[in-house]
Amino acid sequence: MSRLVVGPFNRVEGDLEVRIEAEAGQVSSAWVNSPMYRGFEQILHGKDPGDALVYAPRICGICSVSQSVAAAHAVRDALGAEAPPNGERLTNLVLAAENLADHFTHFYLFFMPDFARAAYEGRAWHPDVVRRFRAEQGAAATDAVAARAAFMNLMGVLAGKWPHTHTVQAGGAAKGVTGAEKLRVLSLLGQFRRYLEEHTFGDRLETVAALAGGSDLAAWAAERGPEGSDLARFLRVAEDVGLAELGRSHDRFMSYGSYPFQGERLFPGGVFAGGDLMPLDADAIREDLYSSWMSGAREPVHPYEGVTLPDAEREEAYSWCKAPRLAGRPVEVGALARQVVAGHPLIRELVAETGGNVRNRVVARLLELARVVPAMEAWARAIEPGEPFYREPGALQEGEGAGLVEAARGSLGHWIRVHNGRILNYQIVAPTTWNFSPRDRDGVPGPLEAALEGAPVGADERTPVAVQHVVRSFDPCMVCTVH
Amino acid sequence: MAASEREDGFTVLWLQSGGCGGCTMSLLCAEAPDLFTTLDSAGIRFLWHPSFSEATGEEVTAMLEAVCAGETRLDALCVEGSLLRGPNGTGRFHVLAGTDTPMVRWVERLAAVARYTLAIGTCAAFGGVTSAGPNPTEACGLQYEGEQSGGLLGDAYRSGAGLPVINVAGCPTHPGWVLETLMTLALDGMGDPLLDDLARPALYTDHLVHHGCARNEYYEYKASAEVPSDLGCMMEHMGCLGTQARADCNIRPWNGTGSCTDGGYPCVNCTAPEFEEPGHHFLETPKVAGIPIGLPTDMPKAWFVALASLAKSATPRRVRENAVADHIVNSPAKEHDGE
Ligand code: SF4
Ligand code: SF4
Repeated sequence: MSRLVVGPFNRVEGDLEVRIEAEAGQVSSAWVNSPMYRGFEQILHGKDPGDALVYAPRICGICSVSQSVAAAHAVRDALGAEAPPNGERLTNLVLAAENLADHFTHFYLFFMPDFARAAYEGRAWHPDVVRRFRAEQGAAATDAVAARAAFMNLMGVLAGKWPHTHTVQAGGAAKGVTGAEKLRVLSLLGQFRRYLEEHTFGDRLETVAALAGGSDLAAWAAERGPEGSDLARFLRVAEDVGLAELGRSHDRFMSYGSYPFQGERLFPGGVFAGGDLMPLDADAIREDLYSSWMSGAREPVHPYEGVTLPDAEREEAYSWCKAPRLAGRPVEVGALARQVVAGHPLIRELVAETGGNVRNRVVARLLELARVVPAMEAWARAIEPGEPFYREPGALQEGEGAGLVEAARGSLGHWIRVHNGRILNYQIVAPTTWNFSPRDRDGVPGPLEAALEGAPVGADERTPVAVQHVVRSFDPCMVCTVH
Repeated sequence: MAASEREDGFTVLWLQSGGCGGCTMSLLCAEAPDLFTTLDSAGIRFLWHPSFSEATGEEVTAMLEAVCAGETRLDALCVEGSLLRGPNGTGRFHVLAGTDTPMVRWVERLAAVARYTLAIGTCAAFGGVTSAGPNPTEACGLQYEGEQSGGLLGDAYRSGAGLPVINVAGCPTHPGWVLETLMTLALDGMGDPLLDDLARPALYTDHLVHHGCARNEYYEYKASAEVPSDLGCMMEHMGCLGTQARADCNIRPWNGTGSCTDGGYPCVNCTAPEFEEPGHHFLETPKVAGIPIGLPTDMPKAWFVALASLAKSATPRRVRENAVADHIVNSPAKEHDGE
């Protein structure tokens, strides 16, 4: 048996260390550690609830809008307030822009460059992948980064700046959009659509969004050929490297549901396991501190009761990350979970065939690019300049509320309790907290820990490339985890 | 010949500690040209950046050791995020993965060999949001702790080129601020960067956020916004610090066209130390006897009060009505409305 400590990981957001034990060329056990702690929950204690909207986005620079939306929803929930339709449209547009930019960045800058590494020299596809995806030097490093920056102009128009906008408020949006700005948003969406259709898919977004199953996807890729479609390029690599056999976890998926408008959600929430869809019971969420450098009750508690008090001395602990569980069990969150819960036929079939794995996680993220851009176009077209974007919700003096949203990486929850106009307790459970959770008191490993079991480890590999693919397939965000 | 092919270019090592990664995400929003084209044309080469470099794991730790040993030249050390000294000064709140060594120890070693040391963003400069509230992680900046000089490296620290830590503050910092500072350092002949009294590059702190704000006409007449989404000036009731905040946000656009004030919310002075603890609700202007405390720093208070009341009585109806609406309800008329 051999032991390895892997880190620092590049091209993930924030700090991550993975300890693995390998036997017979395979990972037998993995322990995932988030080696940093920041303490936002302690920082928010005692603050004015409205000020959470200034602090919360700073939890994470990659999903800062998601954090704002979760905070705004938590306060809104506690007040029983509502935002006007324009406010919801604007919020959905900026949230979607961030989520899609995240998927896009992950694919082009974080995930694909690994296949351009020398470890894959000699594969038929390698020269093509090097040309397109090599870190900092491939064609995509320049053209995809420019396309992303241009797409983020949407934030400039609708939210002032990104990251860390304060436009998203409990009462809706702090900005009224003019007719001219609405047109500008539609042009920017058209520009992004064009990049996706020319490079990412080499096909219309609607065609990709309509792929109905695994054989459909394979037939589409075969017909298209890998030149001129980054998705087809990826599928060729995935096939050759066996990414559908890598990184399978517990196959229990959760989504809070995403992009609410007037009480409906574009992607409905729920839990999907064993081929069945079940309703989500958010009251069954508990955080377990057994393997975390945290003091507090040994009994797992709901976030409303949760405490966050670091304790670096705890012997059995190995991470700053807590272990969230739904009805006592770990769940995987992210684009794959969101789409399987939402019932997209392609993702349902891929999951039925091979479960949650590296390939399927990447396919689900790219599918969301194809599905959400048209939805953004519809929200933008529906904006009514001159109608309100904001409705004063009043100040929060007493009460509690939850903001459950979907960030790019999956389910993000904020729970707030307010007493005498001050934050009494604020608890955050981020997507990567779910996915990169350490073991709970029953010894059940978190989703990534389980997904790493069985990953191949070459005899002379110190940072096994398969381990890197599995880790990156979740698009981890450690700064969120260690808020 | 591309600049990056000359010798080995101007080498940059970028590390992240107790922040949110937002300054890197902001950097990736650089435009016209994009980030990698800009770096290349200035001959700037990243030895490593956690978000976009190929090297990982032991390749990185070996590179860090080579830099510390002087085998690899380090022109600029960029640190993003606060430096986490806790718990109890051990630095264990942030251990660099795979090394069992606190990040603060790595930063001390690397800063000792860097020609220039840069704090990227307000966290690395002054402590920032991570140091808010009870500062549970003992967070500080590289050479400041709030407004106090000192920080992790100490008041006396000077980088190889004889400069203090350069504070490219902002939460997040603007990609243009970072790239122009690096280019100033990398391109010979442009001389030392001029720094302001908090060691921030003057290239963006010679301006106030107020300069070029689209709400300037409302400011002139003290026609004020009352709730978020109103078009009026946000200084009187909503805590806008644009008349005191040093940054060119309303001259140099964010994400193509925006700024905080364009996005409908007040400037919270995020380029300044201790912006994270204003001592009052962020979206509220503290007042004494109805007069905002935080007046423009270089204007005599009596004058401000006199001018404000004069301006208020001269406010055109158009400006007064639009100030409290979320869209233009009264457009500029051809004829003076004679009110
Ligand atoms: S909103 Fe702020 S920056 Fe704009 S004019 Fe008013 S005080 Fe100046
Ligand atoms: S406008 Fe103010 S708060 Fe916004 S980025 Fe500029 S300095 Fe920071």
